[in-house]
Amino acid sequence: METIKKIWIFYRDGFREMTVGKTLWMIILLKLFIFFVVIKLLFFPNLLSRDYDTDADRANHVRKELTK
Amino acid sequence: MNDLTTVVDWSRWQFALTAIYHWLFVPLTLGLSVLVAIMESLYLKTKSEKWLQATKFWMRLFGINFAIGVATGIILEFEFGTNWSNYSWFVGDIFGAPLAIEGILAFFMESTFVAVMFFGWNKVSPRFHLASTWLTAIGASISALWILVANAWMQYPVGMEFDPAQMRNVMDNFWDLFSGIAVNKFFHAVFSGWALAGVFVIGVSCWFLWKKRNQEFALLSIKSGAWFGLAGLLLTMYTGDGSAVEVTKHQPMKLAAMEGLYHGTEGQGFTAFAILNPEKDWNNDEDEYIFEIAIPKMLSILGRHDANAFIPGVTDIIEGRDIINGDTVNTVSYAERIERGKLAQAALRNYDIAMENGDSAAMNVAKADLQKNFQYFGYGYFDDVKEAIPPIGVTFWTFRIMCYLGGYFLLFFVVILFLVYRTRLMERATWIQWIAMASVPLMWVCSEAGWAVAEVGRQPWTVQDLLPTKAAISEIPASSVIITFWLFALVFTVLLVAEVSIMCRQISKESKKNLSPNKA
Ligand code: HEM
Repeated sequence: METIKKIWIFYRDGFREMTVGKTLWMIILLKLFIFFVVIKLLFFPNLLSRDYDTDADRANHVRKELTK
Repeated sequence: MNDLTTVVDWSRWQFALTAIYHWLFVPLTLGLSVLVAIMESLYLKTKSEKWLQATKFWMRLFGINFAIGVATGIILEFEFGTNWSNYSWFVGDIFGAPLAIEGILAFFMESTFVAVMFFGWNKVSPRFHLASTWLTAIGASISALWILVANAWMQYPVGMEFDPAQMRNVMDNFWDLFSGIAVNKFFHAVFSGWALAGVFVIGVSCWFLWKKRNQEFALLSIKSGAWFGLAGLLLTMYTGDGSAVEVTKHQPMKLAAMEGLYHGTEGQGFTAFAILNPEKDWNNDEDEYIFEIAIPKMLSILGRHDANAFIPGVTDIIEGRDIINGDTVNTVSYAERIERGKLAQAALRNYDIAMENGDSAAMNVAKADLQKNFQYFGYGYFDDVKEAIPPIGVTFWTFRIMCYLGGYFLLFFVVILFLVYRTRLMERATWIQWIAMASVPLMWVCSEAGWAVAEVGRQPWTVQDLLPTKAAISEIPASSVIITFWLFALVFTVLLVAEVSIMCRQISKESKKNLSPNKA
């Protein structure tokens, strides 16, 4: 418990004392939002996971595609 | 242009764009992290404040680059799942395992050691802090290892067996993944990051000198950057030489494209400068070059470490001709590869039908037929051997850009080292300070050119001999790829502008502080 508290304080103080780091964290968070929420969800579905339920179906689809 | 060609081309451009952007951040992370760790080690050893100041300064710039660059590579994985779904499935766990290890490892490394590096000054013991700095550097290189192993596998697919039931490659020997191509690629890319970081440190420090701010700190940084960069560059050249040998062995068509060579000879020269003949094709009698200055025997030395060895050109390879130890050897011609590729595909089609009919005997027969010709599977997608030739001009020139800039940077480091130990000269020579600053972007051009050689030179393959881009692509509308191409161009450009402006602001701000310990 003591260790976890120490780790928490370490990170908390670290973030509090940051200067340029605050801007960087904003950029990181904004970037992760754009990447994972906007880009991934709206534009980049994993097609085989989205369209097929089982690995066997995915394999069948790819086999058909590659032997068209 | 039909829709398939459009989707393939835009998806390739999109992948190239994201990879190029991603690689803007990666080599600086790889190099600067090690340099900072060395500086901190020197601080702990000497207890000299000057090393502490240098460590902290360069660590902050490392932090900016790391924060902006982190996760930019994930976009490439999104593209695998959407644009290149056939490919992602086909490569199976060969790609999945290294990338999964990379993801988990990178997460733990980044969330723990990087945090200690930045937050831990005065909070953890100096030794623990130093260990974290080193582990961050080692972690970054290990992350690169997995990615580069996966990339090398695509260039030289070994250690796997294709299973037509699962339609994917199943790993049968993990250690085979560490082929000569993979090992050279890893060290070449990592050491090129060291050289790049060296040039970056020298360029920024020369700005300090030019502004006449913190000159003592700048000179110390220039010395560190130059020694580190020189070591990195020499190792880059050594491993680049190793890469050329591997390429000659396993991707001869790429080597032929790097040289714009159609008809090879024994004791093949390296074209130092040439104007390529746009009319030249593999099956006509046009000259390869309109104008050419060649270094005799150099390509044979580079590719086969033997001044008199034969290097096959595009036409030789297509026609199935090589000369090994003076004996003419028949290799498999491209016409035959196409034929055998089509046989492999027919066998896979038969396997599919047999599977649907639940006929396991027919499945076994089809599988055996497939295995006989599987090594040429991808050639079955071509109707003309011409489709298997990579873009010659881009490969030829990017190879020269990389090598020539490599030579330039060797001279650069030597001159800088000569000057920096004659302090007055270095402080006064504004011309060299300007050259150093201007060399920073050139180093990135050199590094990106390296990737262009590796990736354009292996076209049309996503997986060498097995899967060309046109088969690897998903059935998606071209319009969506075009939209996301521009979206990425926008997002990444904003990130790049943010990186450069935050970095410049930070450098300017820090330069006004007193970074020389004895005057502090
Ligand atoms: C001057 C001697 C050099 C030689 C002979 C050389 C050789 C090569 C070769 C043959 C490749 C292609 C490897 C493949 O396709 O698998 C390559 C790729 C590459 N090169 Fe170089 N190179 C040299 C210098 C440099 C320098 C100075 C840099 C940057 C600082 C650099 C950065 C790269 C990068 C980033 C790649 C892509 C990764 C890879 O495939 O290894 N190279 N180099």
